[in-house]
Amino acid sequence: MATTTPSKPVVELDAATVRFCGDSGDGMQLAGTQLTNTSALAGNDIATFPDFPAEIRAPRGTKAGVSGFQLRFASTEIFTPGDQVDALVAMNPAALTTNLRDLVTGGILIANRDAFDEKGLAQAGYTTNPLDDGSLDGYQLFPVDMTKLTRTAVDGLGLSQKESDRCRNFFAMGLTFWLYDRSLDPTLRYIDAKFGKMPAVAEANRRALKAGYNYGETTDAMASQYQVHKADLEPGVYRNITGNQALAWGLVAASQRSGCELFYGSYPITPASDILHELVRHKNFGVRTFQAEDEIAAVTSAIGASFGGAMGVTGSSGPGIALKSEAIGLAVMTELPLLVVNVQRGGPSTGLPTKTEQADLLQALFGRNGECPVPVLAARSPGDCFDVAHEAWRIATRFMTPVFVLTDGYVANGAEPWKVPDVESLPEITIQYPKPVTNGDGFQPYARDERLARPWALPGTPGLMHRIGGLEKQDITGNVNYEPENHQHMVDLRAQKVANVAKDIPPQTVDGPDSGELLVISWGGTFGSVATATRQTRQAGGSVAHVHLRYLNPLPENLGEIIQRYKTVLVPELNKGQLRMLLRAKYLVDAIGLNKVQGKPFAVSEVVHKIQSLLK
Amino acid sequence: MKTETALSVLTPGDFASDQDVRWCPGCGDYSILAQMKKVLPTLGVPPENIVFVSGIGCSSRFPYYVNTYGIHSIHGRAPAVASGLKIARPDLSVWVITGDGDALSIGGNHLMHAIRRNLDLNIVLFNNRIYGLTKGQYSPTSVLGQVTKSTPAGAIDNPLHPISLAIGCEATFVARSIDVNIKHLAMVLKRAAEHVGTSFVEVYQNCNVFNDGAFEYATARDTKADATLQLEHGKPLIFGKDRDKGIRLNGMDPEVVELGKGISEDDLLFHDEKAIEPTLAYLLSRMSHPEFPEPIGVFRDIDAPRYEELLNGQITAAREKKAGDLQKLFTSGETWTVE
Repeated sequence: MATTTPSKPVVELDAATVRFCGDSGDGMQLAGTQLTNTSALAGNDIATFPDFPAEIRAPRGTKAGVSGFQLRFASTEIFTPGDQVDALVAMNPAALTTNLRDLVTGGILIANRDAFDEKGLAQAGYTTNPLDDGSLDGYQLFPVDMTKLTRTAVDGLGLSQKESDRCRNFFAMGLTFWLYDRSLDPTLRYIDAKFGKMPAVAEANRRALKAGYNYGETTDAMASQYQVHKADLEPGVYRNITGNQALAWGLVAASQRSGCELFYGSYPITPASDILHELVRHKNFGVRTFQAEDEIAAVTSAIGASFGGAMGVTGSSGPGIALKSEAIGLAVMTELPLLVVNVQRGGPSTGLPTKTEQADLLQALFGRNGECPVPVLAARSPGDCFDVAHEAWRIATRFMTPVFVLTDGYVANGAEPWKVPDVESLPEITIQYPKPVTNGDGFQPYARDERLARPWALPGTPGLMHRIGGLEKQDITGNVNYEPENHQHMVDLRAQKVANVAKDIPPQTVDGPDSGELLVISWGGTFGSVATATRQTRQAGGSVAHVHLRYLNPLPENLGEIIQRYKTVLVPELNKGQLRMLLRAKYLVDAIGLNKVQGKPFAVSEVVHKIQSLLK
Repeated sequence: MKTETALSVLTPGDFASDQDVRWCPGCGDYSILAQMKKVLPTLGVPPENIVFVSGIGCSSRFPYYVNTYGIHSIHGRAPAVASGLKIARPDLSVWVITGDGDALSIGGNHLMHAIRRNLDLNIVLFNNRIYGLTKGQYSPTSVLGQVTKSTPAGAIDNPLHPISLAIGCEATFVARSIDVNIKHLAMVLKRAAEHVGTSFVEVYQNCNVFNDGAFEYATARDTKADATLQLEHGKPLIFGKDRDKGIRLNGMDPEVVELGKGISEDDLLFHDEKAIEPTLAYLLSRMSHPEFPEPIGVFRDIDAPRYEELLNGQITAAREKKAGDLQKLFTSGETWTVE
């Protein structure tokens, strides 16, 4: 089945964007994931955008319950899952009406005709059936009786009607796989692995998948197939990886490279829980996960673990981070290494749990009482989460400080091909522990090295007994101290220690011309849209450069000098202008914002449009 | 780290830190610190393997005064800090020092969960029925009607009973002692240290500044024998200056009876700290002054699996099955090669 000889004309494309959408129980995330893996294995570059509602099962057929998974696969390097969709698979009228606006004119629209009955149409607000009334004439419309065809395909396996209908997503996958000339083999292997213990279900899914594929092959309605060739990626071994998975693996790798066993304290929260789910599978690396009673216990248990010499990590999303604030201050005061992962989502309060946003940057920098500086790093893509996690632990141990790692729902749930690193080539994380003292000399827990880091003295080490805590510490001795001059000194010292991180990170690089009209500065998950937009406008002749920041605190030492080389600075962010505020304050630059808070990533076209308006 | 080998070189003085103790003169905390320093050298654990973790409040200054490792953390969170430490470092002897406000108000959630996980922690709650460090507001154990700075017309919150709460969470070791009852206190602290699993100890502690005499009934020479009852495993519940009173069960309810006059020791309730069901221990925890003598000693001491033991067992099993290999992890599942 891997390479059937096409019997219909084949159209070659550089890239295609496909979106599956249906009820949140329709298995659309699985359909998208399977096409993603299959396309990755076929050698395409890929980018994905799973988009699902906060409700696990909203009432069937309603607009509130629509779940979608968009992916773009390409024969060239890509950074985003695409602004508009080339092919839309809509499992019901609600999915069609909420997703149609993203389908390109003339695009492929595959609809499950069986779901367009009176009730389904009414739930979606249609007064006439769009499959019949001519309103979709601008698209290549393929109404398919998916429910009936799937039931026929699985007939005789002894499945109930409900169970049969659950195979519908495999029919939709099969049809899409035919459309893009994809091998069924990876999905057949998935079915074996996932449903091997339930032979009837496995067989039903296999049959539905093949029925969808064969339907495309035989139906006269579909006149042509599409092919997207391998991308020209850097040589190496690749795999598909999501942001949360890459982050978890980066933590495991940093733990192994530093010799500190990983302790992950966490309380379930969307969209960060998958980090916990991933880490719990790696006990053979000495990973201890602790599902704490609340967010505060999640972080304070990690602080306790760090005090004991473990790699203390806590992960959450904005509301949980708010609860951790006081404890992060304790880690700053006690100067213990700790990672705090924030998979950002729409806020404030409970906000948009399953949607993406970048509005917690200032929370990470300033969301604590007192002068409480913390290094802050942000990941730009799913694969980048691996490197950022590793780098964050390096900084945390070199400077004895908590470090914030920011990702977001878009990066965390999105997937891309990841070039598997050679473990030996990963940076070593070397920690110098103070040696036991046996001659009775007192140990100074708040003495400093050249970076201003204090020693990490582990319980169990003779002669290094010491007490730390949240009260202000006397310099050197670490004893409780309330003297005015000492407090001033310690506040300054903690600030300088974090500022010193800037000397320990690579200088900021620029994509594009060294100087010119416009510099676009981005951070975090907007990387893909902004990189694509700046390259597009540059190819069209625009004088545009792009700086993407991994280090948000401290900022790279050469950033101010870079900013001065451009006439205008644009800062696109999925918030009301938080990085822009920081840049304006620090560099006195009259930066312009492009700001959006709709729970969605930037479309490339939105950024291009803004750039063009500034270049005029 | 529980071992019977005493380190003969250690004395209470070895556990004294170089810091001046800054509790108010006359505070009950001094006595608890003194008994702890007496007990620690008898445990066979070197000072570097002991960690004291505390939250916020007068009692939570305790770690500064013991020459071991220590963390003076944030309000209410000591059980969670200690849990993470114990999970990461099961080899350490980990103590939690807390107070009635710290453990039962702001930190109630953590206390409950630490106890039910049965981590091998020793939790000592200094109960003075008042907020001392913030200068005299009522606490979760203040009695109804208690007049404090924040309850000038009397407290109207029903108080929590720490021992009842711990037993409700199925604590595997529960005990109570009194700051000035120094031999008893030392015995209870030692037994708490020896118990494997969460040990919960309530210590009646006098705050002579903001709630002086709160436990006078249990400490005054002329009343203490009638107001307290010393629990002993396998022995009948007898109390009183002349040891002539006992506790008998009447249906589900305890009642005070006088021995003699047709009532013998055999009619009394016998204490069983090893009872798997916590019902009896809970019943004892409900006995309050002045209706009943308040039990001191060990309410409950049973064996049960510990969280860190189970977790580390899973880790050992996972490692035996498949040693961690990063390169293998990265290439697990489906991969492809770009030439």
